[in-house]
Amino acid sequence: MTKVSRGTLVVEINGQSGADSPSPLTFLASGPWTLAELPDLAALNPLPATVQKITIDARQITAMDTFGAQCLALAVRDLKASGRITDVTGLAERFQKLYSYIVSVAPAGHAPDFHANKRNLVEQVQSAARKAGEEVMSFLTVLGRLVQALINVVKTPRTFRLTSLVHQLDRTGLQAIPIITLITVLIGSIIAQQGFFHFRKFGADEYVVDMVGILVLREIGVLIVAIMVAGRSGSAYTAELGSMKLRDEIDALSTMGLDPVHVLALPRVLALVIALPLLTFLGSIAALFGGVLTGWLYGNMHPDVFITRLKDAISLTHFEVGMIKAPFMALLIGTVACAEGLKASGSSESVGRQTTSSVVKSIFAVIVLDGLFAVFFASIGM
Amino acid sequence: MERPLVEVDRISVVLGGRPILREVSLDIQPGEIFGIIGGSGSGKSVLLRTILGLTPRVSGSINVLGTSIDASEEDWRRTQRQTGVLFQQGGLFSSLSVKENVQVPMRELCNLPNRIIDEVAATKLAMVGLNASDALKFPSELSGGMAKRVALARALSLDPEIVFLDEPTSGLDPIASGAFDDLILTLRNSLGFTVFMITHDITSLKTVCDRAAILSKGQVIACDEVSALSGSSDPEVRSFFHRRSDRSSASPETH
Repeated sequence: MTKVSRGTLVVEINGQSGADSPSPLTFLASGPWTLAELPDLAALNPLPATVQKITIDARQITAMDTFGAQCLALAVRDLKASGRITDVTGLAERFQKLYSYIVSVAPAGHAPDFHANKRNLVEQVQSAARKAGEEVMSFLTVLGRLVQALINVVKTPRTFRLTSLVHQLDRTGLQAIPIITLITVLIGSIIAQQGFFHFRKFGADEYVVDMVGILVLREIGVLIVAIMVAGRSGSAYTAELGSMKLRDEIDALSTMGLDPVHVLALPRVLALVIALPLLTFLGSIAALFGGVLTGWLYGNMHPDVFITRLKDAISLTHFEVGMIKAPFMALLIGTVACAEGLKASGSSESVGRQTTSSVVKSIFAVIVLDGLFAVFFASIGM
Repeated sequence: MERPLVEVDRISVVLGGRPILREVSLDIQPGEIFGIIGGSGSGKSVLLRTILGLTPRVSGSINVLGTSIDASEEDWRRTQRQTGVLFQQGGLFSSLSVKENVQVPMRELCNLPNRIIDEVAATKLAMVGLNASDALKFPSELSGGMAKRVALARALSLDPEIVFLDEPTSGLDPIASGAFDDLILTLRNSLGFTVFMITHDITSLKTVCDRAAILSKGQVIACDEVSALSGSSDPEVRSFFHRRSDRSSASPETH
């Protein structure tokens, strides 16, 4: 007999039993029935309906592991399911034990795969709306608990976690200075460059200073810095709180009678509320510096001229409008980040998902808030 | 006698300038359940991690299934595929369901039809006593004992020659840990694999293991049949065995 490299299951052709005869059919199982050399069960189907009794001759099986045993069990189960009488004969004793064990424990059918139910449009819209509602609620809940924690801190200042606040200030404020400065200088330069390029056509060079000054102080400075902080610190907050949630650290705090929002979220959010205005101030000045630089190198405008013109173009109001927005944006970013972090559950994947959603939501919210402020300031004439 | 499945020859491990293992030698014979016992910090887990190639050693040699740990990466990988590991914390992939966890080795390392993968995974889960509805759960939804069972099913998924168990009963209540011991014995008797287990539970050691080594301060102070160890007259072995066994039988672990 040739050396068998795989396990096989073939119809044994002997004298009178052709495949279409109603007489018993014998399959010959041979070779190694193991993980690497699993037999192909294709010979088993289609079988003519006339075949009513099947014998699987297992004498020539040379090796068997749980995969092989499972395969044999499957073959037998399939044949029995089609109403045929099936027998396995001649299985070596050393495999018999494993085979019977597998047959005894193998469940009759494995659990069906979980398929997400297909829902109709109305249900999808409903569930999306419900989800959006829950998002808003979770944001408001965290905001409310933050305010409550703040009130408690004011009542008993001793409980305030100053060390944590200073640490967070260092991380979100001090360490953000280089990148924030670099980016805002570039943004200021780009705005000025575009201004000079286009305004020059009308001979309106000096109005570039007005544009850079007002745009940077009122809108761009605070917006760019807030977006940077949302991406830089908001994501970090969510990931930290999320992985703490997964490791039961948040629950551990609660069971000690400590409020996680007070211990973890309040110092973080307060740090943002303090750091963001400072970074905004720095960013705005850096952007103006970028504008001055571009004016000097590209726009043929001496810095002295630029600055004199800037004094006329902007007023304290513009500066105030930008700065007033900063702490509100910080509160928004911090609250969204903490709310998302506390929502993490189950797998490490959910931490990633919450972090993404935290950054996307806080940037979106910051821009919407900026728009609302623009309407508000316009209506009160600032 | 057959060649040992695992040969550990005078390995030493130093972590952070501190010697953790000193000249540890062990042989594990095919078919046996070999236990390592020792107090916290005795270097049990480091020994296991060193044998698995996860922690670097300073000196000594390790052979697993006849392959040296210093063999080419490819050979070592192939050897690793014939071993199963149950980590102390389970090491289940948190973003995959129980069923998918058990299927990972089969899907990633073998070319098998989906039907076989599904059926074998269901069988392996049934072997460790989990039912079909547990198969769709995620690791975060499992109790400690169930997570250990899933981890065992995953360790067994490719019919390994040898299974390494790191504290399989830690964190389980006495009843659950007794059940887990029985499970390991039953599976070993049905499937015929070899077990290398770390434990600090004397009861579990006495129930399950054929042979055991006692590890203390990074050295093997005794290595023999479990019955011989528990009847040993060596004061160090005695104190270790009896003190701990008294404690574990006198009071349940929970306080």
